Amino acid sequence: MNNVFAALPEVDADANRRLHSRLVAAADSAGLLDVAYRTIDSPIGTLLLAATNDGLMRVAFDCEGHDQVLTTLADRVSPRILNAPARLDAVAHQLDEYFAGRRSAFDVRLDFRLAAGFRRDVLRQLQHIDYGKTASYAQIAAKAGNPKAVRAVGTACALNPLPLVVPCHRVVRSDGVAGNYRGGTQAKLTLLALEARQR
Amino acid sequence: MTLPPFELVVEKHGPTVLRVCRAILGYHEAEDAWSETFLAALRAYPDLDPSTNLEAWLVTIAKRKAIDQHRSAARNPTPTAELPEAADAPPDGYDELWTAMGELPLQQREAVAYHHLAGLPYAEIAEILGNSEAAARRASADGMKKLRAIYQGASR
Repeated sequence: MNNVFAALPEVDADANRRLHSRLVAAADSAGLLDVAYRTIDSPIGTLLLAATNDGLMRVAFDCEGHDQVLTTLADRVSPRILNAPARLDAVAHQLDEYFAGRRSAFDVRLDFRLAAGFRRDVLRQLQHIDYGKTASYAQIAAKAGNPKAVRAVGTACALNPLPLVVPCHRVVRSDGVAGNYRGGTQAKLTLLALEARQR
Repeated sequence: MTLPPFELVVEKHGPTVLRVCRAILGYHEAEDAWSETFLAALRAYPDLDPSTNLEAWLVTIAKRKAIDQHRSAARNPTPTAELPEAADAPPDGYDELWTAMGELPLQQREAVAYHHLAGLPYAEIAEILGNSEAAARRASADGMKKLRAIYQGASR
């Protein structure tokens, strides 16, 4: 008899899945699920969605490294983070519709806690750029109340914690070039083309 | 040093804690103990010192939950009609293991599970059991000896 514990599998995947769902449900009803997350597939790669009780807080691209993003959220927001898809069902569904060309605006609560001050003002302005339209960095700077802060607008877009839902991809350079994007320039071009097609 | 997202803690340590609970508590009680352990851990998690040995911390909580469970089971014996929701039937050989474990004194059972299933060092086990490192080592060795004897006796 080599292993007395052979009857206890090292990993019982079914049991652990079941216990994980139970934990998520119990944590949610005890108010301990500070950050819920899930991933979804999209034409621009796998997206990570994370929400607090106040609303959607973070949308992250593949190229950002989802593990790294979750580690940062654990540090900045709360380490009480669980893979809990239910809280993100609505936004996941709306993103699917968006990528299918059937949705032009998002209707979900947003939690802006990861952007403060001028950066948050910029994000508020971005919400007013309609589907299929674009604005220049300079125009957004003026609307956010600081016409000289063009570079700061660029930074605010580059660090937008809620890309897609807060449409920083609709901000382009004054010379018409798309410019940089947190999810990569190619992703930005894909989104602009999608919206141009559906208009 | 910062705390990893709790999801990673569940992913990394969940299976081991379940094994330990199954070895000490029995197959069905183990799942309730696991659930209570991880909910309590989630509650306390943000205040945890990031250098803590997470496995030892979780096992300590599980031990406390297991004791609570024993106490409340002794106080309010549940009618047999209300057996906890049976997940699945235990795997082959589990009943034999559980019967054998049941013949060990609780401290030996715990020492064996903490060392051979959770892989905790005896210094940590001594803290959980509230005894010395030498006593923890002895409890585990005696427990393993007894388990082997039971198994060999049964296979002859």
